[in-house]
Amino acid sequence: MALTLVICVLLAPITSAFAQSQAVHGTLRAPDGKPVAGVTITATRGNSEVGRDTTARDGTWSIPVPEAGRYTVSLDVRDLPGKLSPAREGGQTLRDIPVPADASRAVIFQLTTGTPAPATGPGGQGGGGGPPENTVLRWLDELPQLLVEGIKFGSIIAITAIGLSLIFGTTGLINFAHGEMVTLGATIAFLLNATVIGPQLQLIPATLVTIAFGALFGAMLELGLWKPLRRRGIGRIQLFIVSIGLSLLIRHVILVLFGSRPQPYGDYAIQTEWHWGPVSIAPRDFVITVASLLVLAGVGLMLRQTRAGKAIRAVSDNRDLAESSGINVDRVIRNVWLLAGGLAALGGVFFGLAQAVSWDMGFRLLLLMFAAVILGGLGTAYGVIAGSLVVGIVAQVSTIWFPVELQNAWALIVLILVLLIRPQGIFGQRERVG
Amino acid sequence: MDFLTILADAFRAALGPEAAIYALAAIGLNMHFGYTGLLNFGQVGFMLVGAYGAAVAVATFGAPLWAGILIGVGLAVVLALLLGIPTLRLRADYLAITTIAAGEILRYVYRSAFAEPVTGGVYGLTRFGDPLYALNPIPDGQYGVGELAYSSRSLWIMVIAWSLVALACVLVFLIIRSPWGRVIRSIREDEDAARSLGKNVFGYKLQSLVLGGVLGAVGGMLLAFNTQAVQPDAYNPVVTFYLYTLLILGGAGRVLGPVIGSVIFWFVLVFVDSFLRQAIGAGLIPDSIISATEVGAVRFALVGAGLMLLMIYRPQGILGSRREMMLGAR
Amino acid sequence: MPAEQLPPVSRLAQVARLPGAAKPDPILVAENVTRSFGGLDAVRVARLEIQRGAITALIGPNGAGKTTLFNLLTGFDRADSGRWWLAGRQLAGLPAYRIARAGLVRTFQLTKSLTLLTVLENLKLAGPQQAGERFLTSLARPLWRAQELDIERRADELLTAFRLDRMRDEYAGTLSGGQRKLLELARALMAAPAMIMLDEPMAGINPALTQTLLGHITQLRDQGMTILFVEHDMDVVMGVSDWVICMAEGQVIAEGPPASIGSDRAVIDAYLGAHHGRRAGGGRDA
Repeated sequence: MALTLVICVLLAPITSAFAQSQAVHGTLRAPDGKPVAGVTITATRGNSEVGRDTTARDGTWSIPVPEAGRYTVSLDVRDLPGKLSPAREGGQTLRDIPVPADASRAVIFQLTTGTPAPATGPGGQGGGGGPPENTVLRWLDELPQLLVEGIKFGSIIAITAIGLSLIFGTTGLINFAHGEMVTLGATIAFLLNATVIGPQLQLIPATLVTIAFGALFGAMLELGLWKPLRRRGIGRIQLFIVSIGLSLLIRHVILVLFGSRPQPYGDYAIQTEWHWGPVSIAPRDFVITVASLLVLAGVGLMLRQTRAGKAIRAVSDNRDLAESSGINVDRVIRNVWLLAGGLAALGGVFFGLAQAVSWDMGFRLLLLMFAAVILGGLGTAYGVIAGSLVVGIVAQVSTIWFPVELQNAWALIVLILVLLIRPQGIFGQRERVG
Repeated sequence: MDFLTILADAFRAALGPEAAIYALAAIGLNMHFGYTGLLNFGQVGFMLVGAYGAAVAVATFGAPLWAGILIGVGLAVVLALLLGIPTLRLRADYLAITTIAAGEILRYVYRSAFAEPVTGGVYGLTRFGDPLYALNPIPDGQYGVGELAYSSRSLWIMVIAWSLVALACVLVFLIIRSPWGRVIRSIREDEDAARSLGKNVFGYKLQSLVLGGVLGAVGGMLLAFNTQAVQPDAYNPVVTFYLYTLLILGGAGRVLGPVIGSVIFWFVLVFVDSFLRQAIGAGLIPDSIISATEVGAVRFALVGAGLMLLMIYRPQGILGSRREMMLGAR
Repeated sequence: MPAEQLPPVSRLAQVARLPGAAKPDPILVAENVTRSFGGLDAVRVARLEIQRGAITALIGPNGAGKTTLFNLLTGFDRADSGRWWLAGRQLAGLPAYRIARAGLVRTFQLTKSLTLLTVLENLKLAGPQQAGERFLTSLARPLWRAQELDIERRADELLTAFRLDRMRDEYAGTLSGGQRKLLELARALMAAPAMIMLDEPMAGINPALTQTLLGHITQLRDQGMTILFVEHDMDVVMGVSDWVICMAEGQVIAEGPPASIGSDRAVIDAYLGAHHGRRAGGGRDA
């Protein structure tokens, strides 16, 4: 039985440089991401206990500690429900955790429903997991599963990145706030679906509303911000920096409103996986993958067949030529933002469903989107889809040989390698000096 | 509400070690972005290798302080070469994305479990700056006026950091007015023109990347010494955005732009922070709107809004001239 | 034509009026230079010789490959194959800056004035072999001060000659379009080239300034400079050039003195049958 590790999203603690005290904290989660409540956690220093806490309904716990230093944090295994146990033998006690002054240190206990792995050095850090021991044939067993997950991840990247690419193609803007459009989609759907203040819509109608909202938000950004700025003749690099500011603004407003804890949607959270030969997939993830691929095919068809799609491609190819041949460029760009906003929102819901909704999910996805867009060649819609799948598959398959926590790093390394060999991207064309 | 405390907090930050450290890293970024026109969005990566270079050498391997500092600087040079050689031939926007990606790759690697024996993983390393504090000639105690006071430790870091800032400013002043600086500025304006006049554009960009990267690494090192701790997640991309914000605020392509930018940036940042905390503490802002734990996030959001407004309404910053900005609009 | 009295130019009279014809004293020789973009041959020049000390015009319809050839010869684009020599020195494969240092200096179709450098700085930048351009030397002013003054003197002479001296300390970005063309030419000369290549030097400037520029170009030739320029205005080509090379669809299709080139069958065919809509770029930089 394969060891299931908790996939922990270790959020960088928002450590204010001017906070007043230090603490250890964390969120206890089962391998399926569900919070585990009612477990006692103690912090000790030397032989004396400095504090204890019991995990709340959302799995959170926090123990203030008197001063900076190294602490031992342990979890009471007797409180663990069901078949849950520490993922490693002895993993209930994490020693020598350094707590700096004026900061709260995140501590993560990894749990499993299977057999604990033998103790290997200090466990308990985010992600965890070194390379498996019997590597000879094992990777062949894992490959189909990881390919499936790579395609799922890649197609989520693709539906978000295609908008990024179209925006770049038509306006020349590198939209750094694109990740926040993704996060916004995920959190709006969360608001509609899983909060007490919201209407508690079922996720599918909630998603449809969210897509409409995302599209409107995109168009609003274009009409209220980018179009006026282009009119003022603000340069491309300045616009790029404006989008960085916008990204910071939206992300942290979401953080204030949504909170720093990742949360699941109210529907489809717990599912029995389907098993097909070497591959197992949750019905939810299967639907996400298929729906993403269908949406991508639809967008591709739209760009190729419809009038609006052809106009978008014409503006991407040569804006001036398109304008002089009677295409209303402003309207095309607005359509691109509608499309990009809607797709980003949908991607956000899918990403939130596949992992969890969190305030910085879009930002974490952003670099992978850029990697996909650049791999495919800036501004080429079809290249992006291929680039996204490459990024998604590389990220997943790298975990066969390398630690899970480095999977995104591998996707970025591939980006840099490709740029070394083909600076114009896989599908892009060289530019000419003149 | 105690405005005197708020003002004292803000002034303390504006003159304090962080402001000097950010100024130093931003002087490096000014070299890249302001003078050479390189869109380096991975400056935080240079800060990271500088900080960890020193911290790992001292804390993990027990090397003496001077060796740690040299290693930190050396790693920044290596990073600049590794990063520059493949990417400096790319167009500006590709460079921006690859540098930010490289910074993230570094952070992922330094925080990973397999690097933990060396880097301390997500927890990082602590207490490696003792040899530096042992050199502190300033006697223990608080120095300053009323609430605007620094400990002897802070003062020691401030002396070092502001001295380095002054030194870096003199260096930039001299070098930018030399023929070397003329080539660098010509690359910012149009690298093909520089190339057509026989200038090895790639070589100059690389030199600029190394120089600015080393300044960033020294900044990162001081940041680590200041808190006696390095943690990978403190070196996230947002730090680079902070640097851009304060650089543009002060005026990119101006010798003193990053310095003035940093001082004002920290003043405003801490003023807002302290003000919000006091207002929440005094019940002027209900907890339901912003709670004390959310002040940090609000601060980040304000930086974002500030960056946007600056870029739209005063892209030349405080020291820059509107006319040059219009001429240089690209 | 007074130009024909000058030795290097008059010797062109004996040259065969064939594409790739050998010149009596060629400064630039190119062989089998090719470049294709996505299967389309943008440049396929079997042989090209440029006479030393003459003004050679490069003409041809849009998309003929003139700018691409410029880019290849000056190292701004990489040739798929071919070799070329400047005064006997092989240049193929060298990066652009080395080709410029070897003495082959170009200008661009869209002027590349360095906006936020002053007019004087624009010129001083082009000075060759400056000690102060090395990082460590640059920090010690005494090491480069004398050379700097020397370069400044030369720059001032050129500025006076090009009547840009009044703008000496202004940002180059404040110059008019025509003045920028002048500045770019002066800057190219400042680099002390053996040959200059001008990509549409008269494009977009007023007739009066065109005459000034033409005056400068002929004067340079008279001082011994070799000039190759791309031009569309046939009046200009007829007015100043000593030799004309015509390109179409990437190849050199005709060569000859300006008086006869207009009646060349291949040239007429190329212009009449040219694909006018197909511009191989050039407008993308705007």
